[in-house]
Amino acid sequence: MASVVILFSAVLVPVFLHRSQGVMIAVTFLIASVASLLGLIAGGMAVTARSTDKIVLALGLPDLPFHLRLDVLSGYFMVVIGLLSLYVSIYSLGYVKGYLGKRSVTSLVIFYCMFLAGMFMVVLADDALIFLISWEIMAISSYFLVIFENEVAENRKSAFLYLVIAHIGAIAILLSFGALAGLTSGTGDFQGYTFDAMRNAQHPLKWATVAFLLALFGFGAKAGIVPLHVWLPEAHPVAPSNVSALMSGVMLKTAIYGLIRVCFDLIKVFPWWWGGIILMIGLVSTIMGILYALMQNDLKRLLAYSSVKNIGIILIGIGLSMVFHSLDLPLLAALALAAGLYHTINHAMFKGLLFMGAGSVLHATGERNMEDMGGLIHQMPWTAAFFLVGCVSISALPPFNGFVSEWLTFQVFLLSPSIQSPLIKLLMPIGAAVLALAGALAAAAFVKVFGVVFLGHWRGTRKTAIHEANLPMKAGMGLAAISCLALGVMPSLFLGWIDAIPNRYVGAGIMSAAQSRDWLWLSPISSERASYSGAIVFIVILVVVVATYIILHVKPGMIYRGPIWDCGFEKINQRMQYNSTSFAMPIRTVFGYLFKIRENTRLARQTANPAFPVLLHYRLKIRDRIWEWMYQPIVQLSFWVSRQTGRLQRGRINTYLIYSFLSIIILLVFM
Amino acid sequence: MSAISLFFVDVLQLGVVICLSPALVGWVRMLKCWSQGRTSAGLMQPYRDLSKLFAKNIMMAENTSWIFRSMPYIVFGVVVLIGGIVPILTIDLPMSPVADVIVIVALFAIARFFTALAGMDIGTAFGGMGSSREMMIAALAEPAMLMSIFTISLSAKSTSLSQIVHVIYSGQTVLKPSIIFALLAFIMITLAETGRIPVDNPSTHLELTMIHEAMILEYSGRHLALIEWASMMKLFIYSTIGIALFFPWGIAPVNSIPNLAAAFLFMVCKLAVISAGIVLIETGLAKMRLFRLTEYLGAAFLLATLGMLSYFILD
Repeated sequence: MASVVILFSAVLVPVFLHRSQGVMIAVTFLIASVASLLGLIAGGMAVTARSTDKIVLALGLPDLPFHLRLDVLSGYFMVVIGLLSLYVSIYSLGYVKGYLGKRSVTSLVIFYCMFLAGMFMVVLADDALIFLISWEIMAISSYFLVIFENEVAENRKSAFLYLVIAHIGAIAILLSFGALAGLTSGTGDFQGYTFDAMRNAQHPLKWATVAFLLALFGFGAKAGIVPLHVWLPEAHPVAPSNVSALMSGVMLKTAIYGLIRVCFDLIKVFPWWWGGIILMIGLVSTIMGILYALMQNDLKRLLAYSSVKNIGIILIGIGLSMVFHSLDLPLLAALALAAGLYHTINHAMFKGLLFMGAGSVLHATGERNMEDMGGLIHQMPWTAAFFLVGCVSISALPPFNGFVSEWLTFQVFLLSPSIQSPLIKLLMPIGAAVLALAGALAAAAFVKVFGVVFLGHWRGTRKTAIHEANLPMKAGMGLAAISCLALGVMPSLFLGWIDAIPNRYVGAGIMSAAQSRDWLWLSPISSERASYSGAIVFIVILVVVVATYIILHVKPGMIYRGPIWDCGFEKINQRMQYNSTSFAMPIRTVFGYLFKIRENTRLARQTANPAFPVLLHYRLKIRDRIWEWMYQPIVQLSFWVSRQTGRLQRGRINTYLIYSFLSIIILLVFM
Repeated sequence: MSAISLFFVDVLQLGVVICLSPALVGWVRMLKCWSQGRTSAGLMQPYRDLSKLFAKNIMMAENTSWIFRSMPYIVFGVVVLIGGIVPILTIDLPMSPVADVIVIVALFAIARFFTALAGMDIGTAFGGMGSSREMMIAALAEPAMLMSIFTISLSAKSTSLSQIVHVIYSGQTVLKPSIIFALLAFIMITLAETGRIPVDNPSTHLELTMIHEAMILEYSGRHLALIEWASMMKLFIYSTIGIALFFPWGIAPVNSIPNLAAAFLFMVCKLAVISAGIVLIETGLAKMRLFRLTEYLGAAFLLATLGMLSYFILD
């Protein structure tokens, strides 16, 4: 908890140092890294010791003190937040320097620290009051971070959309806690607002369902589930990249934390269809998220959409776990929960890494549009290598980390025939199919990203001096890349370590099975059932590659370099390469019916012969159908309502006097 | 059995995969020549091609990065690893717990991922076109492959290939509708994944229809040899995975020299039959248009999903 205090004091540093911005960046981000490290250690100790610490602070409203609590679940999320914010804070040491001389970074630094403190407090909170306060600190400070580059109208618009959805979500969470607390203590007593009281109370199904649906809406809005995802691809790209890394990597995870806390810890007993709903939402988010991602040409927007997909995978794990928990299958529930939690930290690592990489590219080229990039691997070899690790991890390829959690989720799907309910039986194969499809599409999306950004020739017209990322940025990305590999080759150690969480909330652990042999092997349930060893896969591939290389270089042939073969036309140029739009074209054609696509080609200039056009204009517009189906009506409705209310305001004093007169009459009559 | 002889079994199997895969391709080509009334170049021609390529110097495009240079090694390494995992001669394979079928599909995905990146690395229209099309086909083929394998693994209650083979071998599963659906889907996907007609044509160059060849167009010398060899091994491994999942009879249940020898003979016979099947399909069908492939792969995906559904509902 010391880390929170340090982060808040770090907020004060810029106040004193705002004259010398360079020093301020160094000092604040160093303090932020230390604080994150402390949070990481505190959380790690809580998970290792499986302990629960509670503190009642003397702060807060009269008679309503703040309760903080550090148990295995919050400890685990502290580790996730602490680990990524440590890396990102190191990265920021170098990244934020890029703004020096362009604008004042004071607000960025202040709100960065507040944002971190808010996230730590959300997972530590043990009553509804401080939870919502921390939630708001997190939301507001991230709003100011999104709006940091506020001279562009588009940025302000995105930030506003973010603020609106964050607050509608917060209201839903408030109401959800209200539904839980109101029943525990009645309206006369206010002690029901602590999580302890909610934990010990018996919730009648009706009100628990109301609370669950509200919590699902509220946390879902923050997590960016389809159809509440619209703010995500708007807000993440415009925020500074270190902030996008944190928002996508860990802020979305606080919503996952909230959902787990409310369902597994506060309500505890629930019917299976709750899990079914979460599973369905997870499946839809997974497939829609990755399809949207594939269509994007903006690097950071693509990454933001891919977060929607990964949140979907986490929700699949949690939803399955809830289904199995309510059907009293503790082992399966434990496995599913572990898969969801594992994907939580995995996504934090590789998405953080990818956003940091995108930030380095942005830093170097000033471009977010992939159509104008290419060949960066030559100028930015380190960034390219780290980014490749991120791409491989997120495409769920062994031996990196993304694969392990998807593998565990597949195992859960395959274990489900032990259930009797026909509806679940129908859902399981479809779920497995969707997950498989999403995994393959993710690989396509990230081949596109890496291929278009880092490989080939420079596609842009503007020639900028591109430079490699500086040392702190490389360090931040490198640490995240190493974590991706470590989490991929040592899954058993990690799963054994977090085993306390499923043990506590679903009443079974997977550790005995997962560690049946030793750390090399991951075999949930039993080794006959399935097993995987990331470390051996990694080592064998490495050994074969090195051996082949050595054998072939005993007597090597020469390598000559020559120009690209151009079919004898000699007019090949960099505009002839495949770019982001053309790479996605086959998949766009296949899945096009899910989007609103408008594509047209116009002949701009022509010579005498129509077969040889000089200039062609090609326009492609892809829109989210959900926006027009769901949000457009809501927007129109709210404008309509406000227009109707506007009629009341005529601006004439006698009308207003009649209003007050009428209200007095009505009050006198009915009261 | 002692650890040393288990190790020996795995080395033996790897040797079989690495050494015999060109012969399988040679055999397919021979059959194809015969069926079309041509004289074949013989069983040994792929070996001669490989050794010629290994001896040649390399010509590389100016702009390529280390991705392009390391891709052949990575692809070869991945495919060799898979060759050590799939139970081809014996059930009791020491490497088999390293990876189950899901991992194997993902390992093939690594090879594809890097091949596609190498295609983008050259910076020509051909390379990008190949990568883009390959990833589209993979996006549809890979889930179908997984679904088809899941159907089998549901019956066998395991995703470990050795365990599946063991269950099917000991006759614990009979032929069920779900398995027939899975088999059909598996055949369709294998043709797509190994780049055969009707999805891709392995013997075409300089046509706008090529997919896999377009990505590796700029390769030469030992790099090309490694890629070619890996794709030969890929065909061999896919055929043996099919054998293991659907027709494992004849595989050695316990490691002993007569058992292994018998398993080897069985394997050669089955592969010879499978090659005849491939040749029949390739001579009988024409290559499809790219956007007709979605129907083909979609049908495979649907079949596999139907297989899984029928397992959940009927069995």
